[in-house]
Amino acid sequence: MVDVVTLDRIIIRFAGDSGDGMQLTGDRFTAETAHQGNDLATLPSYPAEIRAPQGTVPGVSSFQIQFADHDISTPGDRPDVLVAMNPAALKAHLPDLADGGIIVVDAGEFTSRALTKAGYSSDPLTDGSLQGRAVVAPDLTALTVAAVADLGVTRKEATRSKNMFALGLVTWLYSRPTAPTEDYLTRRFAQQPAVRDANLAAFRAGHAFGETSELFAHRYEIAAAPMPPGVYRHINGNQAMAYGLMTGAHLAGLGLVCGTYPITPASDILHELARHKNHGVTTVQAEDEIAGVGVALGASFAGALGVTTTSGPGLALKTETINLAVMTELPLVVVDVQRAGPSTGLPTKTEQADLFAALVGRPGESPVPVLAPGTPAECFDVAVEACRIAVTYRTPVIVLSDGYLGNGAEPWQVPRVEDMAPIDPAFETEPNGVSASGAPRHLPYRRDPQTLARAWAVPGTPGLEHRIGGLEKSESGAISYDPDNHETMVRVRAAKIAGVPVADLTVDDPSGRADVLVLGWGSTAGPIRAGADLLRQGGHEVATAHLRHLNPLPANLAEVLERYDRVVVPELNLGQLALTLRAVFSARVTSLSQVRGMPLTAHDVADFVANLEMESDSSPHETSATGRTAA
Amino acid sequence: MTTTTSPLPDGLAGLPLATTSSARGDFVSEAEVRWCPGCGDYAVLAAFQSFLPSLGIPRENMVVVSGIGCSSRFPYYVDTYGMHSIHGRALPIATGIAVARPDLTVWVVTGDGDALSIGGNHLIHALRRNVNCTILLFNNRIYGLTKGQYSPTSEQGKVTKSSPVGSPDYPFNPVSLALGAEATFVARAIDSDRAGLTEILHAAAAHRGAALVEIYQNCPIFNDGAYATLKGAESGDHLIRLVDGEPIIWAQGNRGLTRDPVSGALSPVDVAEAGIDHIVRHDATREDPSLAFALSRLSDLTARIDHTPIGIFRRVDRPTYDDVVREQVTVAGDRQEAARALQQVLVGPDPWTIV
Repeated sequence: MVDVVTLDRIIIRFAGDSGDGMQLTGDRFTAETAHQGNDLATLPSYPAEIRAPQGTVPGVSSFQIQFADHDISTPGDRPDVLVAMNPAALKAHLPDLADGGIIVVDAGEFTSRALTKAGYSSDPLTDGSLQGRAVVAPDLTALTVAAVADLGVTRKEATRSKNMFALGLVTWLYSRPTAPTEDYLTRRFAQQPAVRDANLAAFRAGHAFGETSELFAHRYEIAAAPMPPGVYRHINGNQAMAYGLMTGAHLAGLGLVCGTYPITPASDILHELARHKNHGVTTVQAEDEIAGVGVALGASFAGALGVTTTSGPGLALKTETINLAVMTELPLVVVDVQRAGPSTGLPTKTEQADLFAALVGRPGESPVPVLAPGTPAECFDVAVEACRIAVTYRTPVIVLSDGYLGNGAEPWQVPRVEDMAPIDPAFETEPNGVSASGAPRHLPYRRDPQTLARAWAVPGTPGLEHRIGGLEKSESGAISYDPDNHETMVRVRAAKIAGVPVADLTVDDPSGRADVLVLGWGSTAGPIRAGADLLRQGGHEVATAHLRHLNPLPANLAEVLERYDRVVVPELNLGQLALTLRAVFSARVTSLSQVRGMPLTAHDVADFVANLEMESDSSPHETSATGRTAA
Repeated sequence: MTTTTSPLPDGLAGLPLATTSSARGDFVSEAEVRWCPGCGDYAVLAAFQSFLPSLGIPRENMVVVSGIGCSSRFPYYVDTYGMHSIHGRALPIATGIAVARPDLTVWVVTGDGDALSIGGNHLIHALRRNVNCTILLFNNRIYGLTKGQYSPTSEQGKVTKSSPVGSPDYPFNPVSLALGAEATFVARAIDSDRAGLTEILHAAAAHRGAALVEIYQNCPIFNDGAYATLKGAESGDHLIRLVDGEPIIWAQGNRGLTRDPVSGALSPVDVAEAGIDHIVRHDATREDPSLAFALSRLSDLTARIDHTPIGIFRRVDRPTYDDVVREQVTVAGDRQEAARALQQVLVGPDPWTIV
């Protein structure tokens, strides 16, 4: 028996060909780890091509997980363990591996042909180039084929189970429970007994191989992280978003109608919603992005809660319908799971460059509340809040998630639906005014004096028949070209959104003596928190704050900005929030920007702030495209 | 969806019955109608407002949705629920309404530019899905609201402000297009023929599914007389009124259609010469759309409208999109039960508890 070493945290990256099932392997390892009670964060990364050329570096798909016995906020910077299913995966990910890291490879895949395909001129397993790393190189393919030999599956099916062999091995290495994966495989392949048995056999064989092969010097344990009592599950951002939309509609007592068009990385929200038709969820896979949001708006007009999901290219196409929703003042939730752009950009990679599009990217004066979750689980809370604002204020709301949040997973303390405040759609049922002749009638643009929300009467309500549309209207709903009316309506629409209540920004400044504030929004929350931890461990004092509300901004933001000598704004764009803060508050902020299609790392943030503190130069701040320097 | 006690036709199944009778005036809104004098839209609006009371359903259960264009101002003039939406996008919005509410009758008013140019994609998909709504496509073969550019139904070579030496565009035949898009109900009417239009509106409302009604509509300002051949004293020589079960004849019964047994093409012939037994009988309910398609090809919008069928080309049954979508969606009991069911979804199959 090997001895067991206790660690406080570990980062593992699974990498293989995009057909090797690395995402599934990562998902299963995540489930086992969640069961173990560790805190965790994940980062799936895959090519845009479904089956990119096999065995090549561009065809490599990967899944990284960090798990710990304490609270963590990112999937980690550099993996401690790299599981590489072929030479291309090793080549693509070796540079990231931490010093002294462990490499597990499938030696069976290191043929001269595969090495050439991956661009190796010599075999890294034998040429000494992996020196300093612990290399474990069993022939996973042959071992898997042998393990499933008696189960009547084809050689191809047998080979395809090798990801489960690798999972079994790593499950053993990190002392994870096997039951969650065995249960999953039994459920998942219930209809295909041969495939189920092959996968189970491969998984068990991998686990047993770890135990008996003596290839590893140690086995590891990571204790459960302390978490508040409650019911937990692991969840990714797209799932949490779907559940949040369902919960928002439930709290409002409205049917949920998601009109949408498939687009990476947002499609999984549609997939999740489509599974819950037995909870009153209607999904319409429309002919295009424009039709998707049109269906959603039509459903809202009819008295449901219309939502639509998309990514950057789709948000551009939905612009005109969002403007119609602004003008008709109907509820609509638009979820933009941002990806690297512009145009098709890097479809499977993350970015935060749609902030301007959401805030100001529409012709005309078109104010829209904009919210952004900071973590995968927070997508739930933000979706519920977006529904609440949309219904209460009769307005489209844009939610800015991104590929990192959408695909990344973390443990989630499941909230209780019955504890959540209901949302009142406050439909009109009686005439709220009188016509020119004095008869009772519905005035569609009569407003609640508190919220400035207009009266919402849904078809089927007798006596409240009315017409709305994109043309400017007076309070009565009549088309109006009157200059004063237009001025009033433009300003009222702006005031309505400006009046949406937003929680004050909370600042994390443990010592209360920090000079530097790191202010982020969206998916940089984790790296900023982890970066601040690194800085504090290094003796720096640094404050952090994170914006969930991008429009309207928290009322105390001006005061917070003034409180700090330097404000650093990390973003996965060229400084869109930074420019907004300069414009709105004349704030002096330093932009940390990066657009590599990958999330920031904790070190990106920590190094940037540490370098900044060393500078005494107070010349105006410039931002470099790579974000590595700030002058 | 069928109700055994309701006297309403299939197209209106799911709607309540009106408890009081109504008249045209009940459907006239306060808004001042602002089309050009002599516009064909007036006649269609009057026919529509006069027809609505006969449906026997409450005003509040009717929704009229439009896109952008002259005809798309239509909803403002009809005192029901309505939305004047975005250029080309009325059909997605109508689809959202139809999916969300089985108790509404949904009418879409659109034009040749709105439905066939900027909204062409939505039209074909609404038709193939068979969304339960009626689409009134006002075809004046010109862009009116933008003041006189050629449209997707303008004849090739048409001289307009945007085509001073003649339009290079080959036009759509809306009926052919709808049939190609798997439409279950396709008809054509003329703005000035109130009786014929009203009859088609009835049939379209009764049809469960997407009903496309092309309405030839005159624009007196930018394309006056586009349909003059079909309106004047000689119109009987050109208009072919389609009547189910009857031989397809016109010109006081002197002219009729025969069908080539090999190509399926229709040819106008003298009935006396061909013999009435050889004249094709109309049957809009045939599953096979080839006769309907052949009929649609008789009037060629590149120039020739001298043999123009009017009436219902095709009327077949197929499950509607919104009915199928609704059948898939169920709600778990009352609010408490729904909350419990939702809680179960949130917890998922794989939770753990920390005490």
